[in-house]
This record gives sequence, C-alpha cells and structure tokens, in this order.
Amino acid sequence: MATEATAEAGKAVGMPQLDFSTWPNQIFWLLVTLVVIYFVLSRIALPRIGAVLADRKSTITNDLAAAEELKQKAVEAEKSYNEALANARTEAAKIVAQARAEIQKDLDAATAKADAEIAAKAAESEKTIAEIRDGAAQAVSEVARDVAAELVAALGVGADAKTVTAAVAARLKG
Amino acid sequence: MATEEHGSGLQIHPMDQFVVKPLFGDGPIEWYTPTNVTLWMGIAVVAMIALLVLSTRRRAIVPSRGQSVAELFYGFIHKMVEDVAGHEGLKFFPYIMTLFMFVFLSNMLGLIPMSFTTTSHIAVTAVLALLVFLTVTLVGLYRKGLGFLSMFWVSSAPLVLRPILAVIELISYFVRPLSHSIRLGGNLMAGHAVIKVFAGFAGAMGIASVVPIAAIAAIYGLETLVAAVQAYVFTILTCVYLRDAVGDAHH
Repeated sequence: MATEATAEAGKAVGMPQLDFSTWPNQIFWLLVTLVVIYFVLSRIALPRIGAVLADRKSTITNDLAAAEELKQKAVEAEKSYNEALANARTEAAKIVAQARAEIQKDLDAATAKADAEIAAKAAESEKTIAEIRDGAAQAVSEVARDVAAELVAALGVGADAKTVTAAVAARLKG
Repeated sequence: MATEEHGSGLQIHPMDQFVVKPLFGDGPIEWYTPTNVTLWMGIAVVAMIALLVLSTRRRAIVPSRGQSVAELFYGFIHKMVEDVAGHEGLKFFPYIMTLFMFVFLSNMLGLIPMSFTTTSHIAVTAVLALLVFLTVTLVGLYRKGLGFLSMFWVSSAPLVLRPILAVIELISYFVRPLSHSIRLGGNLMAGHAVIKVFAGFAGAMGIASVVPIAAIAAIYGLETLVAAVQAYVFTILTCVYLRDAVGDAHH
C-alpha cells in the first residue's frame, strides 16, 4: 500500500478536498496570503487609488468652477461689447447728424452766395442789355433822322435839321 | 486498483487536478511545506500587486489602461460596501477588498490550463467563510453588545411565533459559514471537474472529439462567468452579513 501510495503521487483517491492531511498546509498558506494581500492593499494600493480618485474629483470640480468663471467672464465681455457697440452706434449717428448739419450749412451758404452772384450777374447783364438797347435805340433814331433828312431832301422839301429831328423823335415815341 | 488503471481505455481522472502536492520532491505534506497551494496563492498575490500597485504607480489624473482597471475594482467594491453594508461598513473596506481580490484572482487563475484552483478546496473557502463569520459576530457583539442578539428576536412577528422564528434565525445564522464556503468551493470544483471529464472524452473519441471540445469551449466560457460571479456573490454576502453587525436597521 505504501509503495502504491508513492507510485500514485499526483493521482487522486476520492475527493482531494476531503483529504484532511493537507488542511493544515492549505490553511497556513491561505492565512499567509491573506495577511500579505491585506497589508499590500491597506498600506499601499487602496490609499493610493483613493487619493488618485479624490484628486481627480477635486481637479474636475476645480475645472468646472474655472469653466463657470470663464463663462461668466465671457458673458460679461459680451455685455460690455454690446454696450460699446451701442455707444459707437449713437456716437456715429451723432457725428452723422452733425456732419449733415454742417454740410447743410455750407450748402445754404454756398447757395446764398451763388444766388447773390447770380443776382449781381443778372443786374449787370440787365444793365448791359439796357445800354445795348439804349445804344440801339439811339442808333435807330439817328439812322431814322438821317434817312428822314435824306428823304425830305430828296423830295425837295426844305426843312431844317431841327424840325426833322423833332418829327422823327415824335414818330419813334409813338 | 491496478486492474481499474489498466483495464479501461477511458482514463479520466477529473479529481487529479485538485491534489495538493509538494513543490519539491514528494515527502509528507507538513503545515509549512511549500506546495502547489503556496505557488498559486503566491501567483495570486503577484497578480494582485501587478493589478493594483504597479498599474497605479504613476498616480495619473488621466489614468492609463491598467490604472483604469485598478480604479474599476476599487470603485466597484467600494460602492458595494457602501451600498450594502452602509457607511459604517467602509471601515471594513480593506478587509472585504482582500477577500474579493483573493477569491476573484484565485478563481480566474484556476481557469488557466494545468493550474491549481485554490478556491476549489473546502479548506480554503471554509477558512474564508469562518473569518467572515467570526468578524461579523465579534464586531456585532462589540458594537451592539447584547443588542446584537435582538437580531434573532423578530419583533415584528406575533409573540407566539417569535420563539420559533428565533430558532430558525439562529440556525440560519450558524449555517451561514457553511453555505458561504460550500457555495464557492463547490461551484469551482464542479466546473473544473466537468471540464476535465469532457477533456477525457475528447482524448478517447477520435474524430468525434469535436463535440466534447466544443462543449469544453462552451463550459469554459460559463466557468469564466462563474469565477467572476462567485467572487461577487461571496463578497456581497460578506457585506450583507456585515450590515447585521454595523448597520442600524436589521432585517
């Protein structure tokens, strides 16, 4: 039996689980293993992982807070931008109105000046026209007098220049 | 015995894989002898260190793959302890994590072909279950004193029924380590034995061994599930028992 047992080392007889001769061995090594695992976990692994998780959580919280802050800043920036835009608009409108008024003023002044010049020119022209007309009328009366005097002379009627002139003048007036 | 060995062509020894052997030579197995139990428990420790210590040594805010796995294990068990055993139970988190990592890694390592499954031995699971039982009982008595015994006196039941219920509760309380250990050891042992039986068929059936090999593949998948689920069940039951000891409400 003894030789058989050694020859069959590694062969199971019944259930090896119920071979109580190996129990002390298994229990001893199990306790050693559990103690080692417990110490590694409680001294190194678990505090480290817990710290990493806590770190990550706080990092995420901080980042979220920072993001919230930045968002707030962005909103503020947008508000001030819009404000500046509105200000610039009113400013621009003011400048436009001012420019328009100035231009209008210049325009009015120029118009007035032009009107005055036109009036002066017109007056001058009228004067010239009047002179020309006067000149023309005089020339006509002279020509008429001369022609009348010549006609009278041709008809053989003696008449002095004075009479002819008076008669022509009278005709021209009529 | 000799005729049994050589008379049959079908030589299946499904239980051989559970034999405890000395690592060096084949002398008697004393309590201190390094055996295959020592070897595979040592591998479990090394695997645990690789999984939870080495992978987290960079302590990265953005974790690597290994660190993610370690954090997954941590978060899973931490949440389980907090949800099931309550906030007070978190004091026992390293203890429960120890049990879970040992059972889970031993189960998984046992699935490696030619390996030795330490958790398939009643000796191992019984010690684990007794540790839980003793911890729960001692912590309960320490924290609640005799109030811990009120757990057995169901005050919500009619007075007549209470003594009967007390007996039932008492029996169920003391049966706990038994069911706790045999559930784990039995599951592991049965699964591995079944795989070995099919493997024996595969060796003897020639071309038809496709069938047992397919069956082994399927059972192997199932055993992977069982390995994880049994570790989970063992741990969550530990948490449930612990709630009796540290929780305010009982039942």
